[in-house]
Amino acid sequence: MSMILTIATREFKSLFLSPLAWTVLAVLQTILAYIFLTQVETFNLLQPKLATIDGALGLADIVITPLYSNAGIILLLITPLLTMRLICEERRHKTLSLLLSAPVSNVDIILGKYLGLLGLLVLAILMITLMPLSLLSGGSLDNGKLIANLLALFLLVTAFTATGLYMSTLASHPAIAAMGTFGILLLLWILDWSAGLQEQRSELFEYLSLLRHFQNIQSGLISSVDICYFLLFTASFMVLSIHRLANERLQK
Amino acid sequence: MAILINAEHLSRYYGKHCAIKNVSFTLTQGEVLGFLGPNGAGKTTTMQILSGNLAPSSGRVEINGYNLQDQAKLAKRSLGYLPDTPPLYKDLSVQEFLYYCAQLHGIPKKTIAFAVIKAQERCGLISVSQRLISNLSKGYQQRIGIAQAIIHNPDVIILDEPTVGLDPLQIREIRDLIRELSHDHGIILSTHALSEVQAVCSHVQIIHQGQLILKESIVDLNQKMDTGSVLISTRLKPDLTVLRALAGVLSIEAISDLQIKIAYHLTDNPTSRIIGTIISSGWELQELTPLKKSMEDIFITLTQDND
Repeated sequence: MSMILTIATREFKSLFLSPLAWTVLAVLQTILAYIFLTQVETFNLLQPKLATIDGALGLADIVITPLYSNAGIILLLITPLLTMRLICEERRHKTLSLLLSAPVSNVDIILGKYLGLLGLLVLAILMITLMPLSLLSGGSLDNGKLIANLLALFLLVTAFTATGLYMSTLASHPAIAAMGTFGILLLLWILDWSAGLQEQRSELFEYLSLLRHFQNIQSGLISSVDICYFLLFTASFMVLSIHRLANERLQK
Repeated sequence: MAILINAEHLSRYYGKHCAIKNVSFTLTQGEVLGFLGPNGAGKTTTMQILSGNLAPSSGRVEINGYNLQDQAKLAKRSLGYLPDTPPLYKDLSVQEFLYYCAQLHGIPKKTIAFAVIKAQERCGLISVSQRLISNLSKGYQQRIGIAQAIIHNPDVIILDEPTVGLDPLQIREIRDLIRELSHDHGIILSTHALSEVQAVCSHVQIIHQGQLILKESIVDLNQKMDTGSVLISTRLKPDLTVLRALAGVLSIEAISDLQIKIAYHLTDNPTSRIIGTIISSGWELQELTPLKKSMEDIFITLTQDND
């Protein structure tokens, strides 16, 4: 356990030694701040009309949900760039042998790397959350909605990171890992687009789609099906990563 | 003496290519085992297997009594490894990096700071401890690699070509360090510099085309290198018949008037009698050199025999 933390802390700190983490946080925050302000403006325009309708959309629906949806899409683009180096670069720079010859298990290495990077993404999510929280100074929020959105985005990045980590254990070059991760994630993201075509609906595709489960949780409908989907998704890629790292010693 | 490494029948195939074949050996405490071989002989593969970075196709390794496969964590606790490329995180400072290595090797938190300083001292890194590894020269990086391997005071230290890229002064320092470490550790080092083996190792093992072709202590090896002849120079011309009559002398070859080569029985070394005769006859001894086969000669004969 302490080894996992040691590796995770090192990974987290190392991210901030290069400009990458700072750039990612800055870009993410800037784009989302712009989206946030646009949504707040939209709400201001609509508010007089909405006030007259009973049970109409609230602040949370107009500002928070789009904000987190967009955050999800941007993270879909960014996460592969962060995860690509995790194992791949260690292998390229031959630093992996430091971990492999130390008394740490493959599980420690994979979990440590995973948690270290997840730390950065959680930090990003928290920074995004500061924006809706700032609305509290001038009004009230649907807290349930906010928490549902937070949970949805968190589960989404756990899945993104696990996929990226696995691709990083496979690839021999970081760019390939990034491309592979991006491909898998985007495919799973758009998989339920076929659902729009009535005759060609596939329940399997709908179940596999990341977007579908993400939106379900976002809407505030927190069901065990969606939570289990993300947990299973993450766990599968983690197990695959550990397995791949174990194979590292067998074949070269 | 405790057996630190016990390697049995190690083989490793990369696809159909056989990198090492049926290699067995042991390492005991206080031994410095030099692993010698031409490029591609299987030195690095063996080192990688011993350090747990590579699984052997067959055979087993025990480190300090623990099987490297089944009890990997326990076995690796007593292992320090410097691969052929030092595994360094270049964006860390020397101190940060060694601190991380200490943590990875499970050194208790209270003693980490001490262990880091001690490792830096031993490898001469104190003056650069705050600098980024990427800004340091190859020699320093090599030393950080060694510091990383000894920081947790392991019983077994495996060094893959530890003196590559160092200047002569640094090489001497590292050799002194290895000698110092060898008192209470077992060390394996690989090299293709034969002089290095003669300088620091207590045992030598020659690997060629994946097979061990020699395992010997340096003392035995030095004896083997004895060709049983001496080269003698004198100031005045010696009388060869007198010298030939001495007990133990087999033959005398006159290289010039003043220089001769005497071959003798290995069991009956007549060197002192030769010196006595030369001096009492007043030929004035100038030089006497026992002729030895160089390590290179042995190396070349052994590796060529097997071709």
